[in-house]
Parts: sequence; structure tokens; C-alpha cells
Amino acid sequence: MILQGIAFYVFAALLVASGVMVISARNPVHSVLYLILAFFQAAGLCLLMGAEFVAMILVIVYVGAVAVLFLFVVMMLDINFRELRQGALEVLPLGGLIGLILLSELAAVVGGWIVAPGVEKLAAAPTPAISTVTNTHALGQLMYTQYVYLFQACGIVLLIAMIGAIVLTLRHRAGVRKQDVGAQIARHRDSVVAIRKVSSGEGV
Amino acid sequence: MEIGLGHYLTVSAIVFTLGVLGIFLNRKNVIVILMSIEMMLLAVNLNLVAFSTHLHDLVGQIFAMIILTVAAAEAAIGLAILVVYFRNRGSIRVEDINMMKG
Repeated sequence: MILQGIAFYVFAALLVASGVMVISARNPVHSVLYLILAFFQAAGLCLLMGAEFVAMILVIVYVGAVAVLFLFVVMMLDINFRELRQGALEVLPLGGLIGLILLSELAAVVGGWIVAPGVEKLAAAPTPAISTVTNTHALGQLMYTQYVYLFQACGIVLLIAMIGAIVLTLRHRAGVRKQDVGAQIARHRDSVVAIRKVSSGEGV
Repeated sequence: MEIGLGHYLTVSAIVFTLGVLGIFLNRKNVIVILMSIEMMLLAVNLNLVAFSTHLHDLVGQIFAMIILTVAAAEAAIGLAILVVYFRNRGSIRVEDINMMKG
């Protein structure tokens, strides 16, 4: 139990620290790297809570896909980031005030809130005992039966996002000669070859 | 000291506030704003997983995965729009994004 407490505080402290670094780093590449660190700490917290499948999905999706996409875009765009940082200190008092208000409100909610007795009987899908079914197995049994339409809708959302990203970033540059298979196949001998009678000494 | 639901909720509240603060601090840089949004979504996910595991209801974890899907789609579309915008204008300053005013 003491080990769990230590692990929680290490993960939580690193998560908050890397979150601070994400929003305060001068170089956006550093921001992305700290974001990756934050995702790893969040995955650790999920593991600590016993949601191992969500923890692994966090690592795979956030670190493997989203953060790498961010890194790719940050490095691809040639931007003067120093200019973008100007004026950040002017809004620090206002932003800090709003952040403080939000945090105190959230703290009030968390502090003044209790779990109603008997709420566990209201669970839509009670977690089976970990000794009989693993977390991944239980999630699969729930997701592929009761929530299968939601799962399919997720697939459609991802498909539309993929098509949208491709449509947005694909560009047709003028002056680039590409292979046109249709034109190649439609080519006929009569349209490209002509036989002429050439009399000697005159040329065509 | 027992680590309970309140501890996890506190951490996710702090991370969410950091995300909101990041939008204020980096209001000229769209990339960091997108990263702040990702951090807020991460905080929401932590909240859902914390409630799910402490109240022994698996639906919260399913919901967390749905949010993960939406976050991935949002990042892909947002960064694609950013790339197109940079190609057209040569900068990613938030103040320059006023072309839709007409």
C-alpha cells in the first residue's frame, strides 16, 4: 500500500510538472516532448487505478500517433517561434487569475462532494472480479456486445478524419508530370503512328 | 495514506487547469493551443477512468476510449488545417486567422 502511494505521488508530480513545461517551454519541440512525458505519466496513473487496457491505449494512441503527429508538424513548419512568444507575460496575470478561479472551483467541487451510499448498485456494467476476468477481456466483452454500434461509429469518425486530413493537405501542383494510366491505356495505334511516303532527297 | 478517488480527481483538475492556462499563455501559437486541448482531454480521460475504477463500472473506460478516438481525429484534422493555413499564409499567428470575417 505504501508502494502504491509513492507511485501515485511520483506519477502525479511528474504529470503536473511536465504539464507546466508543456505550456511554458520556449521551443515547441520541447513542448511536444514534455507532452509525451505527460502522456506516459497519465498511463502510469491509469495502471495504478487498475485500468490497464486504457493505459496501454493511452501510450499507443497518444504517444504513438498524436504526439508523433505534433512533432512531425512542428518540425515541418518553418516558423519563427520567438516572435510567437512575445506578449505572453502580459496576459499572465489575467490567465493566472482565471486559472486560479477555475482550480478553486474544481477544488470546491472535489472537496465538497461525496459518493452516495449504494451507488455501486446503479452501475450500468459492473466490473467483474479481477480474479475471474481480466480488465481487457471484460472491456472487450462489453464493447463488442452492448456498445458495438458506438464502436462502429468510432471507426466512421476515424475514417472521416483520415479522409478529411488527406483532402485538406493534398495539393495538385502545376507543371508536375504524373503517370496517367487511363490515357496510356486509351492510346491507340491509329492516333499516334502515321505512315508517310517519303520521296528520296526531299524529307518530310 | 490510502490513495482514493479524491487524489486522482485533484490531479486531473490540476492538469485541466494547466490546459486552460496554456491557451491563455500561448494565444499566438496555434500548435501549443492544440497541445493544451490535448492535455485537457487527457485530464477528462483520467477523470472518467478514476470514476470507472472506483465505482466499479466499466462504462467509464469505454467512454474514455471514445474520447481518445475523438481526440485523435481532432488532432489529425487540426494539424491538417494548420499545415494548409501555413502553406497559404506563411505564418501560424492566431491574429492572422481572420479570413472568414469576409
